[in-house]
Amino acid sequence: MIPALAGMTDKMKIVIINYGAGNIQSIKFAIQRLGYEAVLSDNPEEIKSADKVIFPGVGEASSAMKKLKASGLDTLVPQLKQPVLGICLGMQLMCNYTEEGDTQGLGIFDVNVLRFNHGVKVPQIGWNQIESLKSPLFENVEEKEYIYLVHSYYAPVMEETIAQSNYGIAYSTALHKDNFYGTQFHPEKSSVTGERILRNFLNLSTTN
Amino acid sequence: MLTKRIIPCLDIKNGRTVKGVNFVDLRDAGDPVELADLYSKAGADELVFLDISATEERRKTLANLVLEVAEKVNIPFTVGGGISSIEDVDILLQNGADKVSINSSAVKNPQLINDLAAKFGRQCITVAIDAKQINGEWKVHLVGGKVPTELNLFDWAKEVEQRGAGEILFTSMDNDGTKDGFANKALAKLSEELNIPIIASGGAGTMQHFVDTFKEGKADAALAASVFHFKEIEIKDLKEELRGNEIPVRL
Repeated sequence: MIPALAGMTDKMKIVIINYGAGNIQSIKFAIQRLGYEAVLSDNPEEIKSADKVIFPGVGEASSAMKKLKASGLDTLVPQLKQPVLGICLGMQLMCNYTEEGDTQGLGIFDVNVLRFNHGVKVPQIGWNQIESLKSPLFENVEEKEYIYLVHSYYAPVMEETIAQSNYGIAYSTALHKDNFYGTQFHPEKSSVTGERILRNFLNLSTTN
Repeated sequence: MLTKRIIPCLDIKNGRTVKGVNFVDLRDAGDPVELADLYSKAGADELVFLDISATEERRKTLANLVLEVAEKVNIPFTVGGGISSIEDVDILLQNGADKVSINSSAVKNPQLINDLAAKFGRQCITVAIDAKQINGEWKVHLVGGKVPTELNLFDWAKEVEQRGAGEILFTSMDNDGTKDGFANKALAKLSEELNIPIIASGGAGTMQHFVDTFKEGKADAALAASVFHFKEIEIKDLKEELRGNEIPVRL
């Protein structure tokens, strides 16, 4: 779990899983701004051979899950051994279940995703603060820094929570279990804070 | 805590930034990619690009611009102007836009809102509404505010929410270009009657106007163009002023 330089070379292979779910160009560009190149792929062999895998997701849960199943990626993703970062809906699909479209998830994070229902506007759109940070993912990130979110559903705070935010209630803005990480926020759109978090993920040891 | 957003709007014509005063006179305010980068570094929370080109090449030009902006800018941005189909939205989102904004096309074909929300998720669908008061009633207008409709602002806003809009960008044509402040009464009513975020637009002239639109207008975000483009208000100063007034902002 100590961020290591192992694997962090010019040749680090970063794959963004491409299953037709939304804005992945922005993630590719964000990684490019950090000085790396990422490949978009739905090829199981290419994904398995990557040093780092990013599992994006924008849109509606049940249709995204259908696309994952159609390409067999629903069985591949939970078996990956290298660091995997799920972003936004990607993180939600890594959970047991989401109320959105009554959708079974990949069951990596042991939590059910629920709809905001606490007298707040839905979706939450904008910049919120992350706190109770506990992961190398947040190295050099201060408590209460701002990150960008767009979502209607949330993962409650639980054992695997490594960052939380408040929107009517406290909820998980990042999760971690074994080699799997998830952020509800968009690091690729969260200015310099997001860039630091993305860089921290790329700096994780590949044999984590 | 979720913060209130400050959104510079860049009007785009043939790949260049322009700003209309009451949507009629246009003045050049620079290169959009450069301006976007500058605003993200200055502390803008989000950007809106509104394409007002009328050429046949416009779709391709806009898609290319979106790609250039996404490559450079690390904050979210919305693209609007002339978007009328799933295909239009698909290319813009694929090229890196976070949200799209639809306006006249939603009035002409309200089902488009349902279709876009179902395909791309409601969080990336902003519906822009231009309205002004006619005999005391807020009426929705089209084509940059030139063409009146029979639609009542509040009825239309509710319908838009039900059909799946993720947020509403409300421009008061009565206030736009006046620099006399936002239409806070109408904004507050929208915010109370709807459960999606409301972006206030039209009328920004001073920092106090922003304080007022967040406090009295209950807006979730405020959009402005010329006060930022001509450096009448610096975003950092504005945010310090807002924070001094106990309005949560990202600083």
